[in-house]
Amino acid sequence: MKKNEELLVVSDLKKHFPVGKKSSLKAVDGISFTIKKGETLGLVGESGCGKSTVGRVITQIYQPSSGEVLFNNDSVHGRISGAAKKEKKRSMQMIFQDPYSSLNPRMTVMEIISEGLIIHSPGLGRKERESKVNELLELVGLNKKHAQRFPHEFSGGQRQRIGIARALAVEPEFIVADEPIAALDVSIQAQIVNLLKKLQDEKELTYLFIAHDLSMVKYISDRIAVMYLGKIMEITESETLYEKPLHPYTRALLSAIPIPDPDMERSREQIILTGDVPSPIDLPSGCRFRTRCPNVMGVCSEIEPQFLEVESNHFVSCHLYDEQVMSREDAVPLYDEKVSTYQTV
Amino acid sequence: MTEEILAVTDLHVSFKTQAGMVTAVRGVNFNLNKGETLAIVGESGSGKSVTAKAIMRLLPKHNAQISQGGILYEGQDLLNLSVNDMQKVRGSEIAMVFQDPMTSLNPTMRIGKQIMEGLLKHQKLSKTVAKEKALQMLELVGIPNAKERLEAYPHQFSGGMRQRVVIAMALACNPHILIADEPTTALDVTIQAQILQLMKDLQEKMDTAIILITHDLGVVANMADHVAVMYAGEIVEQGTLDEIFYQPQHPYTLGLLRSMPNLSASRSEPLIPIPGSPPDVMTLGTGCPFAARCPHTMKVCHDFLPKYTHLSDSHTVMCWLQDERTPSAQIPEEVGSVYE
Repeated sequence: MKKNEELLVVSDLKKHFPVGKKSSLKAVDGISFTIKKGETLGLVGESGCGKSTVGRVITQIYQPSSGEVLFNNDSVHGRISGAAKKEKKRSMQMIFQDPYSSLNPRMTVMEIISEGLIIHSPGLGRKERESKVNELLELVGLNKKHAQRFPHEFSGGQRQRIGIARALAVEPEFIVADEPIAALDVSIQAQIVNLLKKLQDEKELTYLFIAHDLSMVKYISDRIAVMYLGKIMEITESETLYEKPLHPYTRALLSAIPIPDPDMERSREQIILTGDVPSPIDLPSGCRFRTRCPNVMGVCSEIEPQFLEVESNHFVSCHLYDEQVMSREDAVPLYDEKVSTYQTV
Repeated sequence: MTEEILAVTDLHVSFKTQAGMVTAVRGVNFNLNKGETLAIVGESGSGKSVTAKAIMRLLPKHNAQISQGGILYEGQDLLNLSVNDMQKVRGSEIAMVFQDPMTSLNPTMRIGKQIMEGLLKHQKLSKTVAKEKALQMLELVGIPNAKERLEAYPHQFSGGMRQRVVIAMALACNPHILIADEPTTALDVTIQAQILQLMKDLQEKMDTAIILITHDLGVVANMADHVAVMYAGEIVEQGTLDEIFYQPQHPYTLGLLRSMPNLSASRSEPLIPIPGSPPDVMTLGTGCPFAARCPHTMKVCHDFLPKYTHLSDSHTVMCWLQDERTPSAQIPEEVGSVYE
């Protein structure tokens, strides 16, 4: 298999959860992206934007409302045979956010890690399985002695390593890491990010790395997608996203991150968004970011922006970059502020 | 004008557990000046929240014990106050904002009533005046339709809004000191930026001193005047903001700074994590608590706890590398000895 092949293709994926009789919560509202083999796509956004739901639909924890997910050119959802389904589940694994609640407290580490092996490699004998588990433990920076212990005997960082070993046990090609470092201490976060990078190099893994922390995502992702209220606002290579963010939301998100450098903090200009994220049950008309956007125009409440490739490999969903829309009469800013107050720091 | 408002000296806090006494805070010293922000940084379990709760005297009575030390607030030791006198200080002179805005409000009480509670108790205002003041506070923290929102319940607010309400409540009586325990950890970055800006604006208006407890060095760089770095119940380094960020002398401070990602650095530069994990305070030996993870340990580090070395008026560090009695030690390049 070639490296530049697309491993995962998501097209117009939607996941709506019914709320009451008439309305629905539009957690994921039509998103499309691809992930190439061996690549890491970072998916960032604030809480409630639907980023975890995307991960769960891809790994078949949820069924999509509409849209399609292709993995190795095969549809993941819909009518597929039991064997094919099992194979898909093996090749796509997940690492969870909370290392405290994602490990069964009544199972030993050996039992936790070998559970997948029992299901997916039934031919393995007990001895072989145990030696495989020991190998995995070494791989993630733990050792054999740890296999007989229970989760409560480990620290948060160590537990996350166990979660990673469990995901790797069935030799997946693709891993969805759902905020794997959010619950860890700062000094431990870097350890886990470095481990994930090392494993990717060794095992040619492909990652979907979900996070709300834009600063760590940069270190692991080749490309980054920024999500807001169920839609992707911008997607591009990670360097470009930090150097030349186009969407007003991405700019605000980047400028909101406090920088651990006092001089920079004193000199830089911050964009502070007003208000809160609207409810995903009752979305604003037109562009869903318009209620908080510093560059909002009249047209923004009328039509929803299209997801356009404005530069090569740089997709944005904003009217500011759509010439056709910008030539309309109502494409004038509602606020007096200059369009570009953003300074790269 | 640097007028000292709070001085914590040699504070020790222990907890009774099934496995015996655990000392969570082991000799903490710091001063807070009027109108300034002191940030206490550290990882989970380093004792930063326990320190804050000790100042407020909010530690659980049945198992916590302040075994040593003093907390001087405007000259009087808070630890010697009676329960009634302490109640007069708490909320009116020293107020606290907790980490989780979801659980720090009473879910069965209207927002307005919760803000009024302190005003009625401490300032003996009449109900109408207190309500007027509560309304002002809500407007001050930027809640739209404040008048109607006074009658709302906490569940009708979002996380960021609730944290604004909590801040409004804490500042209602114009306290001299605001203790903010991870005030933005539970919030999204765009909301965090709003809340931090709000705290800075209010500090300027009311001349409040803030003790900011956090693990996020970015927040520290944004807010603090002074920084205290805590590790395993001890302040291992403290100094002004610039001293800590640009001339860190303790290997732990340096490690923390280096394991933070830098937005402007390139991806190919790997992060440098601190190896190992924070120690269990139950099993600490007599040596330096950081010795097991420190890249520059010496034999003395495992056996004896280092004393504080004063590098400047404001900068102190607890590390054998800086101690004058270790003349033969090679101070590693990255821990520069800038004050020689």
